[in-house]
Amino acid sequence: MSGTAEHTPTMARASLGDRLAPWAPFLLVPVMAALGFLAIASPATWLTLTVSGLAMGMMIFIMASGLTLVFGLMDVINFGHGAFVSVGAFVGVSVLLVLGHMTEAPSLALNLAALLAAVLVAMAATGAMGWAFERVIVKPVYGAHLKQILVTMGGLIVAEQLIVVFWGPEEIYIQRPEALKGAVTFAGAALEKYRLVAVAIGLVLFVAMRLVLRRTKIGLIVRAGVENGAMVEAMGYRLRVVFIAVFIAGSALAGLGGVMWGLYQEVITAHMGNQVMILVFIVVIIGGLGSVEGCFIGALLVGLLQNYIAFLEPKVALISNIGLMVAILMWRPQGMIPVVKAK
Amino acid sequence: MIVKLLSGDTPRSPVLAVVLLAIFVALAFAPFLFPGVRSVDTAARICVFILLVASYDLMLGYGGIVSFAHTMFFGMGAYGVALASTHIGRGFDALAVGTLSGAVLAAAFALVIGLFSLRVRAIFFAMITLAVASAVAVLVSQLSQITGGEDGLTYQIPRELTPAFRFGDEVLGVRLNGKLLNYYLVFFASLALFLLLLRIVNAPFGRVLQAIRENDFRAESIGYRVVHYRVAATCISAVVAALAGALYAIWLRYVGPSTVLGMDIMLDILLMVVIGGMGTMYGAVIGATLLLVAQNYLQELMGLASGSVAGLPILPELLSEDRWLLWLGILFILSVYFFPAGIVGRLRQGR
Repeated sequence: MSGTAEHTPTMARASLGDRLAPWAPFLLVPVMAALGFLAIASPATWLTLTVSGLAMGMMIFIMASGLTLVFGLMDVINFGHGAFVSVGAFVGVSVLLVLGHMTEAPSLALNLAALLAAVLVAMAATGAMGWAFERVIVKPVYGAHLKQILVTMGGLIVAEQLIVVFWGPEEIYIQRPEALKGAVTFAGAALEKYRLVAVAIGLVLFVAMRLVLRRTKIGLIVRAGVENGAMVEAMGYRLRVVFIAVFIAGSALAGLGGVMWGLYQEVITAHMGNQVMILVFIVVIIGGLGSVEGCFIGALLVGLLQNYIAFLEPKVALISNIGLMVAILMWRPQGMIPVVKAK
Repeated sequence: MIVKLLSGDTPRSPVLAVVLLAIFVALAFAPFLFPGVRSVDTAARICVFILLVASYDLMLGYGGIVSFAHTMFFGMGAYGVALASTHIGRGFDALAVGTLSGAVLAAAFALVIGLFSLRVRAIFFAMITLAVASAVAVLVSQLSQITGGEDGLTYQIPRELTPAFRFGDEVLGVRLNGKLLNYYLVFFASLALFLLLLRIVNAPFGRVLQAIRENDFRAESIGYRVVHYRVAATCISAVVAALAGALYAIWLRYVGPSTVLGMDIMLDILLMVVIGGMGTMYGAVIGATLLLVAQNYLQELMGLASGSVAGLPILPELLSEDRWLLWLGILFILSVYFFPAGIVGRLRQGR
């Protein structure tokens, strides 16, 4: 009976690598931060850079999340997403300039009220614009990627030019609200208040988005629609309506991101949306098209890397993100968290 | 003989044939028909852009791949010539070295980007080219010690190609100088490369590309390696774009980010392809000629229109000559919707 031992069914425990694989993307962010710590060697500088990297990442995430969901849901790639960022920034900053007496007052409550008003108006404007964009530009070209890319690119150009028509060709400089200027010192590191606020807003939004997507019925429909749209429609849900809602929400988020980005840079131009879009595309690609979690991780990675490299080797900062994208695509060609499509 | 030169791909529409012939004659005898610095300059630009747009059409119209890095490849050829002429010195060897290295660099970039993105999803390609092209554009304007930054580079080309070189008296009122030789260098090189592209798209390779454009899944099932064909098309297209860039640099004797790398040039190329007709090489000829001629006169016309409504709100702003990009954008969207086959497609249908 010595032969039986060979046939004993064994349940090999998955190797550590296999069990870690789904979590690997999530581990990349702390790994990146740790590598940055080793390379920079000064804890105070490292903390400052990390916070600013996280702030940048959060803002990119806010802008990119709508884009990735829209793609996942309807296979629509919107090259004109940057237009919402620009328009959001211009509308929001205009509101802030009008409410100058509130932003210059040294009261935190008044400042936040002005900021909230600006953000709400900007989001309403870009949401409405998103609805119009979907109706006029995207709807006629469903299912044709080539035309989508061309037409949405055309839409971006027209929107940028219209901004110049209404607001003029010059860049607009904007001051942050009084209470958000300056920095707080923590453990010897200067942390800009505005960046802390940006990190907080980004985290709140990410958690809220996850809750909506995981815990509510509409989230369930959206997730199911990303995975298998035809099946959801067969169940009687009108995915078209859901899609328009997601498109509007994504545009409004891009507008919010635009206001935040404008205040971060303290200057806005008509082309700013297009410039940010390059980072947004990198984030969406490395995250995995259609995945919100992947988008979040990708955005943090890009933000951190950009800030570390800009400190260590300013000239390389430009191409560092492309390098990151190449590395991640070599590891996982579909992005870090690929969206599984039922076919 | 002519049919053979055109690789059997005749215009297939009498109107189109007449228009193409008119453009050909006008370009071939431009220095004699339209003497004057500005019109010859426009003619040379049209030659270069026909070639550039045709090479883009190989990718977009035949391969169904959208790239936003075509100006990057164009710029590589142009900067190749500029850098070689600056460092090696004035001479034909510098032009050859510059052109060749630009083309090789473009091919290498196209190969790497293509292998990375096209093996996953064709849609990645559009985004990745956009990211890489803008990074390169920023890099070029920042590395000012090498590339001259925003100011660009001015350099000398061989004396035989400049107006200072005379080789005879006037013929039909045109001075026989190096500028004329330079124009014909641009013209014949563009013509030869255009015919080569026409040959490529009408060869079996081009047919396979069209099959992939229509249905990549089916093409793969028949046994064609889709990725190989797409990457090859990208590389050929990039090399031809780099050669067009080299010709442009030889003609202008100047390169700068705004003349060869700008996003508005990319938009011009897209417009020319779409308006002329995607997937028809002749569309490039019509689109490039139409747009470049229009650009020269449209802006003046818009200036006039803007002046005539000066009192009204917003309207003068909308019509100012700086806003022509706005109208081109609208025209572009409308032509993608209502004119997907472009002018050439329309003319061929109408037969």
